[in-house]
Amino acid sequence: MMQNFNAESFKQFLRVFFGRGILVQISLVIILIFVFSALLAPILTPYTPLEQDLTQMFANPSAAHLLGTDNIGRDFFTRLLYGAQISLVVSLLSSVWAGVVGIILGLIAGYFEGLASSIIMRVIDAQLSIPSLIFSMVLGMVIGQSIPGMAIAIGIGAIPSYTRMVYGMVLSLKHNDYITAAALVGQSETKILLKHLLPNCFAPLIVIFTMSLGTAIMVEAGLAYLGVGIAAPTPAWGVMVSEGYKYLTQHPRLAILPGLCVMLVVVAFNIVGDGLRDALDPRLRGKL
Amino acid sequence: MSKSIPSQPILQVENLKIYFPIRRGFWGKQVGEVKAVDDISFAIEKGKTLGLVGESGCGKTTTGKGILRVYQPTSGRIYYKGTDIAEMSKAQIRPFRRQLQLIFQDPYGSLDPRQSVQAILTEAITTDRQRHSAAQIKARIEELLQAVELDLSMSDRYPHEMSGGQRQRVGIARALACDPELIVCDEPVSALDVSIQAQIINLLKKLQHSRGLTYLFVAHDLTVVYHIADVIAVMYLGKIVELMDAKDIYANPLHPYTKALLSAVPITDYAVERQRKRIILKGEVPSPINAPAGCPFHPRCRFATETCQQAMPKLTAVGGGHQVACHNLKQVTD
Repeated sequence: MMQNFNAESFKQFLRVFFGRGILVQISLVIILIFVFSALLAPILTPYTPLEQDLTQMFANPSAAHLLGTDNIGRDFFTRLLYGAQISLVVSLLSSVWAGVVGIILGLIAGYFEGLASSIIMRVIDAQLSIPSLIFSMVLGMVIGQSIPGMAIAIGIGAIPSYTRMVYGMVLSLKHNDYITAAALVGQSETKILLKHLLPNCFAPLIVIFTMSLGTAIMVEAGLAYLGVGIAAPTPAWGVMVSEGYKYLTQHPRLAILPGLCVMLVVVAFNIVGDGLRDALDPRLRGKL
Repeated sequence: MSKSIPSQPILQVENLKIYFPIRRGFWGKQVGEVKAVDDISFAIEKGKTLGLVGESGCGKTTTGKGILRVYQPTSGRIYYKGTDIAEMSKAQIRPFRRQLQLIFQDPYGSLDPRQSVQAILTEAITTDRQRHSAAQIKARIEELLQAVELDLSMSDRYPHEMSGGQRQRVGIARALACDPELIVCDEPVSALDVSIQAQIINLLKKLQHSRGLTYLFVAHDLTVVYHIADVIAVMYLGKIVELMDAKDIYANPLHPYTKALLSAVPITDYAVERQRKRIILKGEVPSPINAPAGCPFHPRCRFATETCQQAMPKLTAVGGGHQVACHNLKQVTD
């Protein structure tokens, strides 16, 4: 990603990143736990998320069921772990594809002013005028309530924020003297875009990327809760909240625990995003 | 219009005009234009320096960038080594691109904050579309850093880790990496401390000497230009009003604007400074959007007559390579 990422500057990167305080460290731990539980879910639990045990409905936490069971006797801990898997896949897929499309559109619109730029930006504006949750709901129903379908639907909602950000950055960056200088030494326009303009957008892009990871998890849970996202009985956190809130007074953990998971992961991504932004900026590297 | 001159200048500019349209409204209707550079002609011989002086907004930077085709000239011809590059397409100009380089005014904005010195120079070296081995690039970077008198350890530094003077040296090294013949220096020292200014000017002179470079040196500081230039052109509101040998600017300034400009240069000797007579110009520089007809200087000129309001005086030779654009030279010199 960075052009000259040698050992020295990597050490500095780590120093700045972890030097930002206990919050970044806690958040990183949360994200690591989140990722590992998603990856290792089949190993961490003897149950499968769909396995029912009707003799054990609403069982309280015990040695056999660490967090108890839900309304039809499925192991709740297992479902949370598999929920992490779904959240991780959906958020990564949607953010990466939104990022790639959004950044390319933004670079083109910002660098080549004119008709292409007007068309791209007006389409993006039009999309921004539609509430993204409703937009994703409709798209999700059209594309299908599968995991890739959800990733596409949620990703489309995130494209405008990438495009607008890159567009604005490129508009101001391209008037810098170093862009003129690169053109004068004979650098091609594509290379100027990729070697000068894109790297200078990195800092805010990383923040947007991590935030959109968080947002995607939230939107995914929201859609699932509303019943237009990933469909039950798939153990998505949103599905679990929506099933669990019916028993909120008797068994609050069924709704609160998956909600808490969503919140922790979203906040952790945002904090880590801020840390990354500082650590990746060479202007701050020496100072912090 | 190309005359056969015995020693052909490396750069010859003829009737160069650079106008910027002013657009308003939804449809972007053109409602006027800024005549940033209005019909100027000059030539620079190989290995020499032409100093372009004038106050802010007179079009001197635009001239320099127009020659490099950073701005597209509205009309006129720019002969580089006898070839007109004013109207060339991007592809046509490619063989000349690297021979014409620019040193920027702002040493902060001219270096990519995300590139180390090494990356900046590597980019400038490798964009010639030829094969370079890693060892060749390394050797070339060392040679360039030595040429601009920077320590070799600087090559790992990022722009924010360097002083203004050091950055400007990197900017010079980047220009040199292209093996240029003509360098437009766009106020290369105006953003630097006085002590650093002298270092950079001397470095530029040294490089000119050792590499046979030709400079178009844009500046507003007369003492700096006097120090480095062989020929000085004085610009006012997009036009060249006087063109002379550098030694003549203090000895024999002729145009009333040049005289006023010179009288504004402070002198460090207190006794002499007390005696200095200043020519205070009345009014402000008119806007280049609606520049006055005739001589652009006439609203502020003590010697202006009716002729000055109607016709732009031609640059006329007065001997010794000295050219002035003034209708009333007689009255001015008396």
